[in-house]
Amino acid sequence: MAPRTLFDKIWDHHVVETLPDGTSILYIDRHLVHEVTSPQAFEGLRLAGRRLRHPEMTVAVVDHNVPTSDRSQPIEEPESRNQIETLERNVKEFGVPYFPLLSANQGIVHVVGPEQGISLPGMTIVCGDSHTSTHGAMGALAFGIGTSEVEHVMATQTILQRPAKNMRVTVEGTPGAGVSAKDIMLAIIGHVGTAGGTGHVMEFAGSAIRGLDMAGRMTLCNMSIEAGARAGLVAPDDTTFDYVKGRPFAPKGDDFDKAVAYWRTLSTDEGAHFDKEVTLRAEDIAPSLTWGTSPETVLAITDTVPDPALEQDEAKRAQMVRMLDYMGLDAGQKIAGTPVDVVFIGSCTNSRIEDLRAAAHIAAGRKVAEGVRAMIVPGSGLVKRQAEEEGLDKIFLDAGFEWREAGCSMCLGMNPDRLTPGQRCASTSNRNFEGRQGPGGRTHLLSPAMAAAAAVTGCLTDVRELA
Amino acid sequence: MDKFTVLSAVAAALPEANIDTDKIIPARFLKTTQRTGLGKHAFDSMRYRPDGSENPDFVLNQVPWRKAEILITHENLGCGSSREHAPWALLDFGIRCVIAPSFADIFFNNCFKNGILPVCLPRDVCDALMGDAAMGSNARLTVDLPRQVVIRPDGEEVPFEIDPFRKHMLLEGLDDIGQTLQHEGEIKTFESQVAQERPWMPAISID
Ligand code: SF4
Repeated sequence: MAPRTLFDKIWDHHVVETLPDGTSILYIDRHLVHEVTSPQAFEGLRLAGRRLRHPEMTVAVVDHNVPTSDRSQPIEEPESRNQIETLERNVKEFGVPYFPLLSANQGIVHVVGPEQGISLPGMTIVCGDSHTSTHGAMGALAFGIGTSEVEHVMATQTILQRPAKNMRVTVEGTPGAGVSAKDIMLAIIGHVGTAGGTGHVMEFAGSAIRGLDMAGRMTLCNMSIEAGARAGLVAPDDTTFDYVKGRPFAPKGDDFDKAVAYWRTLSTDEGAHFDKEVTLRAEDIAPSLTWGTSPETVLAITDTVPDPALEQDEAKRAQMVRMLDYMGLDAGQKIAGTPVDVVFIGSCTNSRIEDLRAAAHIAAGRKVAEGVRAMIVPGSGLVKRQAEEEGLDKIFLDAGFEWREAGCSMCLGMNPDRLTPGQRCASTSNRNFEGRQGPGGRTHLLSPAMAAAAAVTGCLTDVRELA
Repeated sequence: MDKFTVLSAVAAALPEANIDTDKIIPARFLKTTQRTGLGKHAFDSMRYRPDGSENPDFVLNQVPWRKAEILITHENLGCGSSREHAPWALLDFGIRCVIAPSFADIFFNNCFKNGILPVCLPRDVCDALMGDAAMGSNARLTVDLPRQVVIRPDGEEVPFEIDPFRKHMLLEGLDDIGQTLQHEGEIKTFESQVAQERPWMPAISID
């Protein structure tokens, strides 16, 4: 057999049938469901008199709309409450396993999946959410789908797909001080652009990637969608297997050993073909952040804001002018030192225990700057509990951070956590589109440590100065 | 789903690249549990001023484009989130066909699932069609799916490509699920094969 990529292997293991026009019926091992993109799918099933083909391969959780403040009170926003109650009715009617709001296991679907051992290497995983790419860190083929496809997976446990192209991003070397997986990923997006991965599955390789823990790999794969890719992938290795072992829904005992033997076959063969290759050196990457309203507008923290006058392309120049205006920045100004109003540490990109430790390391013994609102939103109830066992909550509370319940929160501002017009936010999330965190809000994407540094200094800051 | 055959309608031009799904339908309107009713929030931030009144400069607020059924834009239409609320909002507004030089993957897919025809045409052709659209109701465009052509007001025919399977589904107004279920036998065979090859895959149950 010709050498195959990791993507090719997982794909081949899941094709039920390829139709004459080249579309494949692809089998789905795990379907994750949340409250925003599922109600219309359940409704469709009901109208057609259909059931879920495999409820035991499906898991539902509430995350997008949930309040991250006091949970002992009923949810105030009637529409959010309705969406959550609708999901609760649907999971009951259709027999779908569900983590309710008040369960310690509740959290952001892309944090919960790996944490519970629901997402495993070699699987196909879908969810009605573009950041499903996160689960690619397990060595699984994971991608976001629309609501009609959610209904399709519910009814058939399959999806209609054409194979993606293969892209490999290799990062070799050892990252310098203050450089996390988030900085590596921002550098990659800055390098390839927001359409750089369109139509491709992006495999991350190289010594710098191998050296990352699972949380870091999830951060990378999470934002592969911001580089336009259909999915991100990291080949499973001992780091992966150690992570999976003992998780509630992972295989146990003999089954686990059998699984590992299979998972070890899941890596790209020597000589396999990639349609696109990109290589970066970890040593060239500095602590980074975005300055504009597209995730590709990446700068090193030591850089100055770019000048549209130097841009040749007219359309790009106009877009830069608009972005500078929206972001309230001047061409040529140093990005470090720009004052922030809000700091948000959370989202499926950076809300795992490792992320909170990195932020706490900077926050310890310091105070949130005067006039800055800083919030920590753990990715799941379990992350929150572990952080509390490690005393991180105390570090944050002493420093003046808000310590909140798990959910998507200010990543997209569907719940009450929103920016007001003109507010500038240092955020560990993944999208900086206009109005993403609230109408008129200004978002700078950066790592948890950089976000904590901004909180305690009151401005965008090179984290290396505080370490 | 409504069939799509031949559409003769007013077209509106939105000459912008990278119109993301947050722009088509902002997150705060995703709290609905229905597919319909989102049309009034389509392009909310462009269509309404901060005080909630209509922005008269925005094309979809102007006569005759208030009734546009065809939308023409620049590259990478529908990038960002996977929300199917984006095509639902367009459909509820009345849009049945979107024309652009390129589309984001998930949005492109989602259009077909809702009876919206996405037509991919080179940038200069899109610009020419935008010129036609600017003439308003004097210049209706016709999108003929069976013949795979866009017919300009002067009668010129612009051919476009479409996947034959998707064309068939649109023409007949079919939904994918019924089609896939015809392969029940193959799916069953696959499942029993996997049960043997990867028997360790756990079933999920939560009490
Ligand atoms: S945290 Fe943000 S990006 Fe992640 S699933 Fe929630 S809303 Fe989407």
